[in-house]
Amino acid sequence: MRLRALLAIAFGALSIAAASDPAERLPDPAQEARAREIFRDVRCLVCQNESIDDSEAELAKDLRALVREQVAAGKSEGEVKQFLTQRYGEFVLLTPSFNAWNLALWIGPFVVVLAGIALLLMRLRARGPEPELSEEETRRLKKIADPETR
Amino acid sequence: MIAEAGSFALILALALSVAQVGLSATARWKRSAVLAGAGEGAALAAFLSVAVAFAALMHAFVTSDFSVANVAANSHSEKPLLYRVAGTWGSHEGSMLLWCLALTGFGAAAAGLGRGLPRGLRAVTVATQGLLGVVFLAYTVFASNPLARLTQVPIEGRSLNPLLQDPALAVHPPFLYAGYVGMSVVFSFAVAALVEGRVDAAWARWVRPWTLAAWSFLTVGIMLGSFWAYYELGWGGWWFWDPVENASFMPWLIAAALLHSAVVTEKRGALPGWTVFLALAGFTFSMLGAFLVRSGVLTSVHAFAVDPTRGVLLLMILGVTAGLGFALFAWRAPSLPQGGVFAPVSRESALVLNNILLTAATATVLLGTLFPLIREAATGEAISVGPPYFNLTFTPLMTALMILLPVGPLLAWKRGDAMGSGRRLWWAFAAAVAIGWVVFAAIAPRHGLGAAGVAMGAWLIAGALAEIIERVRLFRAPGRESWRRLWGLPRGAWGMTLAHLGLGVFVLGAVFEVTWKVEAAEALPVGGSLDVGAYHVTLERIDGVEGPNYEAERGLVSVTKDGQPVCTAQPERRLYPAGGQTTSEVGLCYRGMSHIYLVLGERRDAAGQPVWLVRAYWNPWATLIFVGPLIMALGGLVSLSDRRLRLGVARKEAPKGAGA
Repeated sequence: MRLRALLAIAFGALSIAAASDPAERLPDPAQEARAREIFRDVRCLVCQNESIDDSEAELAKDLRALVREQVAAGKSEGEVKQFLTQRYGEFVLLTPSFNAWNLALWIGPFVVVLAGIALLLMRLRARGPEPELSEEETRRLKKIADPETR
Repeated sequence: MIAEAGSFALILALALSVAQVGLSATARWKRSAVLAGAGEGAALAAFLSVAVAFAALMHAFVTSDFSVANVAANSHSEKPLLYRVAGTWGSHEGSMLLWCLALTGFGAAAAGLGRGLPRGLRAVTVATQGLLGVVFLAYTVFASNPLARLTQVPIEGRSLNPLLQDPALAVHPPFLYAGYVGMSVVFSFAVAALVEGRVDAAWARWVRPWTLAAWSFLTVGIMLGSFWAYYELGWGGWWFWDPVENASFMPWLIAAALLHSAVVTEKRGALPGWTVFLALAGFTFSMLGAFLVRSGVLTSVHAFAVDPTRGVLLLMILGVTAGLGFALFAWRAPSLPQGGVFAPVSRESALVLNNILLTAATATVLLGTLFPLIREAATGEAISVGPPYFNLTFTPLMTALMILLPVGPLLAWKRGDAMGSGRRLWWAFAAAVAIGWVVFAAIAPRHGLGAAGVAMGAWLIAGALAEIIERVRLFRAPGRESWRRLWGLPRGAWGMTLAHLGLGVFVLGAVFEVTWKVEAAEALPVGGSLDVGAYHVTLERIDGVEGPNYEAERGLVSVTKDGQPVCTAQPERRLYPAGGQTTSEVGLCYRGMSHIYLVLGERRDAAGQPVWLVRAYWNPWATLIFVGPLIMALGGLVSLSDRRLRLGVARKEAPKGAGA
């Protein structure tokens, strides 16, 4: 959180969900909503960890204008994101793409779950049911439990 | 003069920590009670020395002694007293001193409160804690001295980042560090258990109070940080999956997992190796957090990113300390006993599932935080891992955990009765589904996922209550019997119920806020207004305000609903001339558990008339997001006060074994 604070200061002003600025808005509310949806997944490239929906940086403003322009021209979310990726690389999207390089990232958490469950099952199986008491043990237990023999 | 005394005390503390390691280790080797006592004395003395150094730094901040480099860089004579005090831990150097204070403080506490422990275990714990003290004190003394003097004394300091001048953030680091560093005692206990080859029910019971304390502090610390971000940054958000947040969240998740696995080890003697592993992992993640926040590896710009040399040093400390701990684990763990047997449907299995899911959640946060680094190192290509990734991975894992959560406590140890537990929980399940349905039908706009989330929160709360009802046999035993049982419940049981209930409260708040939040923004002249949700917001006035160390424009904003006045708020836009920064003070209107969140933006000109950018959010049930964690931390504290967990008592009661 300190990071964001510092970034905000680095740009001289505090970002306050900058994308909601009425001066930038598209006239069509449906298109505006779609543009906002896309903003949340686009990184402000000069600010380490902020979406262009939040950032007040100049570059974020330019990117917003670009996305709004494309949305207004009727481009789909996928097309806009593809356009941005071609121009700025994968770095620009906050959702990493699902490809061979990012496989570990996407399936890692679920591999941990499966491995854990596999270990649990192995353990449960290896132990099997609890062993029955031997005759000697039954006799001793009876002796302990029987109040008269105590 | 006082600063020099502080520097001296810090060096003395380092020497005392070295003595602590030597004395306690020799005490273990020679089995000498006298040397062990001396080692514990050294631990206490080291803590007092660090406390003196800390007091000296605080004195320098309070009196604005700008001959101390750290004060000159981070303070200002016009700053209010609270923030001069808080400035002590506001910088890299000061926060490392706070870290050392907590580390030696926990060391002294472990030495002083460990009277019930076996001598060997206690001596090795004190020695390990001393070793951690040596490492971090040496780093502070040689690489980041907070009390270094300047040869040329400036007239005025450069001030603390104004965003950090806030009451919640002033007390946030002490809580956070108490949590981070509290895990060090658990780490030392784990090392001692491995050295002694003793991981049994008694050991698990000694580890629990320290974990509980650290986890509770961490919960409050993270909550305060999140609350600060919520009302100070002016985004209206409260969690950003920022690397710095993740750094504090990972030890929290591990501590939560450890709390549960330690119960299994304590009650059933099972999972000893895993519990020790988590005990080592907790402080490892704390150190990783300290490294990530200070090294600047993840972010090119950061408040604490001072210089790479320090980052490398911290990485070395992390590598050597954790490396030695886990090497010891690899060597000794195979000789640990395997522990009790349990059926697939049992409390043990439920707790193991809890641990699998919490560990996977930690792995997710770790992967999400570090993967961009790994990917860039491997392929030279930069990628971003943002909030959408965590929503797709972390959230399903937590959902699975929360579906299972209410079932676990109702299962018996060893072999549970799934049908029986189902019968006791059916009403909780029915209530949750009904609440979810009502929310789906009644709240506009309709939102299926949101309604499901609300049902989940209700399920957690009802499940926590069902557990208490089951314990007191409400409606099944005579009323007086239930009443007697209610009063007889151990504090630990109340603690668990509160913690689980708090999670449910948090989920309700988070789901409501995220799903049904409304945003509106307009450029308003004085007298202009906008609508947010059912509320009508009017900018009544703009005043110029002169603060102690800032100048501000303060808006008077009135809120009405259906023509009836609701409240007024005063959002501000501040300029701090000392650093030339602008910040925003959010105006918050509390409506029950919901907030109307008002932000005053920059002044613009529209046709010769000044207008101000006003942003308003309707954040339904947002209070619960912060109350939930407080209830969880309260649960931790209540559990901590359980008689069985007190160290001295544990020994006296040990032969009787643990009652559920």
